[in-house]
Amino acid sequence: MLLKNETGQTASKQWEPKIIAFFCNWCTYTAADLAGVSRIKHAPNIRVIRVMCSGRVDPQFILDSFAKGADGVLIGGCHPGDCHYQEGNYKCLRRFQMLKRVVDSLGIEKDRLRLEWISASEGDKVRIVVNDMVAKIKVLGPLGLPLKFKNWADEMHVIVSEVAGKEEVYA
Amino acid sequence: MSGTNGKIKIGFYICHCGTNIAGTVDVQKVVDYAATLPNVVVSKHYKYMCSDPGQEMIQKDIKDNDLNRVVVAACSPFLHERTFRNATSQAGLNQFYFQMVNTREQNAWVHLDPEASTDKAMDLVRSAINRVAFHKPLEKKTVPIKPDVLVVGGGIAGIHASLTLANAGKKVFLVERDPTIGGHMAMFDKTFPTLDCAACILTPKMSAVKNHPNITMWTYSEVVSVDGYVGNFQVKVKRKPRYIIDDMCVGCLDCIEACVYKEPRFYNEFDQGLSKRKPVYMPFPQATPQLVVIDPETCIWFKTGKCKQTCVESCERKAVDLNQEATFKEIEVGTIIVATGFQSFDARKVYYYGYGTYPNVYTALEVERLINASGPTSGEVVLRDGSRPKSIAIVHCVGSRDKNTNLWCSRVCCLYSLKLAHLLKEHTHADIYNFYIDIRTPGKMMDEFYTRMAEEGVKFIRGRVADIYPDSTDEEHRRLVVKAEDTLIREIIKVPVDMVVLSTGLVPRDDAQDVRRMLNISCSTEGFFIERHPKLAPVNTFTDGIFLAGCCQGPKDIPDTVAQAGAAAAEALALIDLGYIELEPNTAFIVEEECSGCKSCVPLCPYTAISYDEEKKKASINEALCKGCGTCVASCPSGSIKQNMFEDEEIYSEIDGILNYQMEEALCC
Repeated sequence: MLLKNETGQTASKQWEPKIIAFFCNWCTYTAADLAGVSRIKHAPNIRVIRVMCSGRVDPQFILDSFAKGADGVLIGGCHPGDCHYQEGNYKCLRRFQMLKRVVDSLGIEKDRLRLEWISASEGDKVRIVVNDMVAKIKVLGPLGLPLKFKNWADEMHVIVSEVAGKEEVYA
Repeated sequence: MSGTNGKIKIGFYICHCGTNIAGTVDVQKVVDYAATLPNVVVSKHYKYMCSDPGQEMIQKDIKDNDLNRVVVAACSPFLHERTFRNATSQAGLNQFYFQMVNTREQNAWVHLDPEASTDKAMDLVRSAINRVAFHKPLEKKTVPIKPDVLVVGGGIAGIHASLTLANAGKKVFLVERDPTIGGHMAMFDKTFPTLDCAACILTPKMSAVKNHPNITMWTYSEVVSVDGYVGNFQVKVKRKPRYIIDDMCVGCLDCIEACVYKEPRFYNEFDQGLSKRKPVYMPFPQATPQLVVIDPETCIWFKTGKCKQTCVESCERKAVDLNQEATFKEIEVGTIIVATGFQSFDARKVYYYGYGTYPNVYTALEVERLINASGPTSGEVVLRDGSRPKSIAIVHCVGSRDKNTNLWCSRVCCLYSLKLAHLLKEHTHADIYNFYIDIRTPGKMMDEFYTRMAEEGVKFIRGRVADIYPDSTDEEHRRLVVKAEDTLIREIIKVPVDMVVLSTGLVPRDDAQDVRRMLNISCSTEGFFIERHPKLAPVNTFTDGIFLAGCCQGPKDIPDTVAQAGAAAAEALALIDLGYIELEPNTAFIVEEECSGCKSCVPLCPYTAISYDEEKKKASINEALCKGCGTCVASCPSGSIKQNMFEDEEIYSEIDGILNYQMEEALCC
């Protein structure tokens, strides 16, 4: 029997968090490849989107990812001073600091958004970061924003129709 | 699929990679799933997609099914993106109508649960299929390659690379930090396994470098900055003051004779401090160039401002110039070969071996100098007190294969220890004990060399040395006791010896991290520079146009160093002779109609590629300067900057794909 749970996923298997990762081409994406070549096993919950530089990560990408159902977002860039494009990672850090506050004010827990500097040689750090992030998000449970949006929209519909009904009565 | 023109027809392929992918990911399931996705016309799996039949399958499908997009789920794009782009373009499609899904390095190889792995593959396949619909036909831009080459480091690697390039008619700038080229190899006496004399094979190459019309050799110089990119690097080189006018000095050494210090009394770097030199000195007799150098750290004139300046007086050619200052040279090169070498492990860090405490504990490099006929003792192997050792212990793996120091095997120590064993025996007839963990002698003629040494009567004891301490039964406390467990007989043994040789490992240079930053290349966790691919691109770096040679990439012996230097030179030649390089077209551009002229992007660009057109009140990007990071794109409040290959739609479509998010599910109120 398939049951819909509150995230809209089927309950036949245990809920697994889904994390979107934006990795820069030169350091962190390469580190993730190195983890592969070195067969460093880690949690299968991240889905990597490759960008040339962490500076390309538009805060909107992150908000969109949450809004569309991601349980966490990880950004990976080169260590400070090591950016392939000189300072894109600093730009990323700046936006990240601002975005953290926005995300916090939206009621999204801070562990769901993470920025890490992972150099091309740090295959093992990919494992550490991913496993840690997955463990923390598992404790938090699903974020499930699409379903929440749907519920809120349904509530709005009900209110709108209720108000409309009353208006007819009073008319 | 709004935003795309015409009917999208996607061919999807997943590679088994033998069992590398198919062993974990259920490829059939992925193929069946992909076939249900919008715009997918063909969905197939194949044993090896990168093979000729795999590529031909794609090309045939493109023609037969009129495909206009291709998605391949296989290894990392770093490995085979180029292969599949070529296959795509050979079938008549624009090569950028291709998207790759990393299903091996970042999936099958790192996950254990086949179900989770297959789920992840399906998410990313959906994402790529979503994305590829938005791809645009792009053209790679080409930039010309400047034909000159910079070689950093004048050891055997830099020397060989320079000569190879110069002989091919290319102009080479060879920059060496020390006053002479030659590197570590110049310090060695003999080389394993052939036991030919290092100087005899190296010095002719050194003078060939000096005399080659195509090589500009700058010794006692350092690269201080590197800007630009492949084909067009701007390099600044600092030429440290030698206090000698290059063109005037003939290497007569009269100034050394005339120095106010009558006896040499300062640490001689070339002899590892086993001999002394004066403040004005020639590093070694065969130094190239044959120019003396004045060391301001020890010269009394520079230290106190008071000296009779007898060196200046003694020079008939007026070559001594104590007022010389550093000069800076600016050059433009198309490619760079990094051959900065290694340094020996500091044996003091393994304190229980007593290096620096007991005078009769030596490092291997010191012993190389002791054995060398042109060394501090003219090849006479004597201890610091002048006596001849009757028994010698050689301790392997000092600073190698040790979790307290360095994990890596330095590769050359076993063999140079065997060489030293042979040479020490030849010079002293002493009893030689090799304390080893494993004897590692791979390579041509290397194991035969080991067998020969064993037959010569060199003793081998399998066991890591635990302690070295003075022999209390020796009244003069000169003799040392080497304590180790002989793991073959399972007994603790204590061997009294007159001399201990520590076979120190090879470690990265102290300033390797600074060099890495300057060149924008990467280091491994150990600190050696990383090659682009360990097997397929062993001398390339992740930065196009910069190549590696020698021990700066990892410990290796002279034959391998020379082979790698040749390979690096060949890679540079390939670029130079092609004359141009193709760059990824991932540059940013401004959609003028949407630009509000807010200027927020202008200061963000590290390459000053963005300017503001006062007349139009719009920003504009100089494509030639843009390196394609996308930082400005992310910052534009009106979304009027776009980055080729990484347009917003492309990335949002990836997000949608991963999360299986569909517009109709969403509620817009």
